[in-house]
Amino acid sequence: MIHTEGLSKTFTRKKQLVHAVKAVDLDIAPGELVAFLGPNGAGKSTTLRMLTSLLRPSAGTAKVVGADVRTEPALVRRRIGYIGQGNGAGHNYRVIDELHVQGSFYGLSPAVSRERADALLPALQLDGLEKRPVMSLSGGQRRRLDVAMGLMNHPALLFLDEPSTGMDPQGRANLWEHITTMREDLGMTLVLTTHYLEEADDMAERVIVIDHGTVIADDSPEQLKLDHADDVVTLSFHSSDEAELAEQALRTDGRHADSLDVRTPETLVITTDHGARKLPSILYLLDAAGAPPAAATIREATLDDVFLHLTGRSLRESTEQDTPASGSPTAANATNGVDAA
Amino acid sequence: MIARTVEDIAVAEKRHTGGLRRFTSDTRAVFKREIMLVLRDPFSLIFSLLQPLVFLALFAPLLAGTVGGGGIDGASTRQWFLPGVVVMICVFGTGMTGSNLQYEMQTGSYERILASPLGRASILTGRALKEFAPLVVQALLITLLAAPFGVTLHLAHVLVGILVLGVFGIGLGALSYALAIATRGKEWMFWAVQQSLTFPLLLLSGMMLPLETGPTWMQTLARFNPLTYIVSAERELFTGTFASPTVLWGLVAAVATCAGGLATGIRTIRRSAR
Repeated sequence: MIHTEGLSKTFTRKKQLVHAVKAVDLDIAPGELVAFLGPNGAGKSTTLRMLTSLLRPSAGTAKVVGADVRTEPALVRRRIGYIGQGNGAGHNYRVIDELHVQGSFYGLSPAVSRERADALLPALQLDGLEKRPVMSLSGGQRRRLDVAMGLMNHPALLFLDEPSTGMDPQGRANLWEHITTMREDLGMTLVLTTHYLEEADDMAERVIVIDHGTVIADDSPEQLKLDHADDVVTLSFHSSDEAELAEQALRTDGRHADSLDVRTPETLVITTDHGARKLPSILYLLDAAGAPPAAATIREATLDDVFLHLTGRSLRESTEQDTPASGSPTAANATNGVDAA
Repeated sequence: MIARTVEDIAVAEKRHTGGLRRFTSDTRAVFKREIMLVLRDPFSLIFSLLQPLVFLALFAPLLAGTVGGGGIDGASTRQWFLPGVVVMICVFGTGMTGSNLQYEMQTGSYERILASPLGRASILTGRALKEFAPLVVQALLITLLAAPFGVTLHLAHVLVGILVLGVFGIGLGALSYALAIATRGKEWMFWAVQQSLTFPLLLLSGMMLPLETGPTWMQTLARFNPLTYIVSAERELFTGTFASPTVLWGLVAAVATCAGGLATGIRTIRRSAR
């Protein structure tokens, strides 16, 4: 569905050459749900914009749904759907008009446009809003309208650039429910960018981690966590004496000796893979040693741990630092404008 | 779920019509979207008639007082002034094509249009035509309203005159569009450039006052202003003349502006993707 070789983008900012994307090689198969994950400015949106032909690559090649982004950009655009960071629908237009117009942009007849709009409106919980001006919709409704417009041409491949930025968790979950249902119905391949770790972890089947314009990891979220991060098992004791006894037992056992850390005199921390699976044997061992913990908690590995392991930086903190305007679509779009220029 | 493959899409895809047919259908799609808002609120169209009517009612008598009762170039003052007013509403209307675009660039709606398979020339032409279409109605209304006040009506000539203005307006609209992209994020700059260019071009076209009364340097500058040729051609047409070199030069200026404007506009859109 997507094949790139050495895809690169450089542009000049304040007389300095910026390498936004560096020699990205990708292969995305039909039906995959792939998330580009990285902090703001990592190059994920720039990559996406090159794949949608909105930005011309500086070097390398990219074939998207069988069309070359350099030589056949119009064909690429005809075959894909794209949902950008901002609101795609004109604020002064009515919901139904924008859907019909979107159909006409893809050469659909008025009858087909009407038929598709009529099917998409209820599917995305927009029925009853047909005659409302876009400006009167809530943020979640506008985003669902963007999705509806992106699906009017029944694309084989749908790109979503930060689809849920600025939405509350409930709205985000709701949006994803709709997107995944439509994916099933239309047999689409989905490629999205996000800086929401939970979104990439929960929704994507494959995560491509990008930092400073380079792909630094590419696998399923589960495998990435298994390869690059560990669960954290925290054991709390009533007294420091019990904690010392437990530490001694664990070190004697040897299995967790290397990953054992004394956090406080009453708290031990074990960093390990498959924490949930190993906890029962740890508890059994400590009970047998006469030092059962008062409490045991497991924090499962996250994609932030993966990013921290790969880059030495927390993705969560990088994103928060880089997002002064709370990640509002408008602010994000303005950044893209600089990219595009 | 059965994922669709590249082969499925290639088979299912209808042969993509190219060339003029595609340009026409894309332009129609853009135009329909743009004109929708005007049709939904036609009062704005009627209200915008006020400015040219004020010019015709208040400026033309002043002009008559200045040039004397004999008229200008053998025509009555209103007959002479009316084509200038029609050109003026065309310049003001299509010159503002880019202002709506600036708003759409902020919201994301422009990006959505760019991500669609629409041809770039169609995006420019469709938008410029949206600005021009209401002007056709306005120009006809103004001409009809002026008829009882000493203006001789040559309807076929007026229609050709409006067509020439349409060609010119597409070029000017495309230039305005390019200006909006070039001044992206700086709305003030768009207006500063637009206003700084529009008024000198209008004054140097002889639209409001005969250039013959101005100094030689103004007359020289006017020769390099395409609008001068448009205004002169419109005057010829509004007085009922088809076969005249002035009309031909006006048409050449309109076609040149259209071609230059579209070329600049398309190049600017493409450059913005680099």
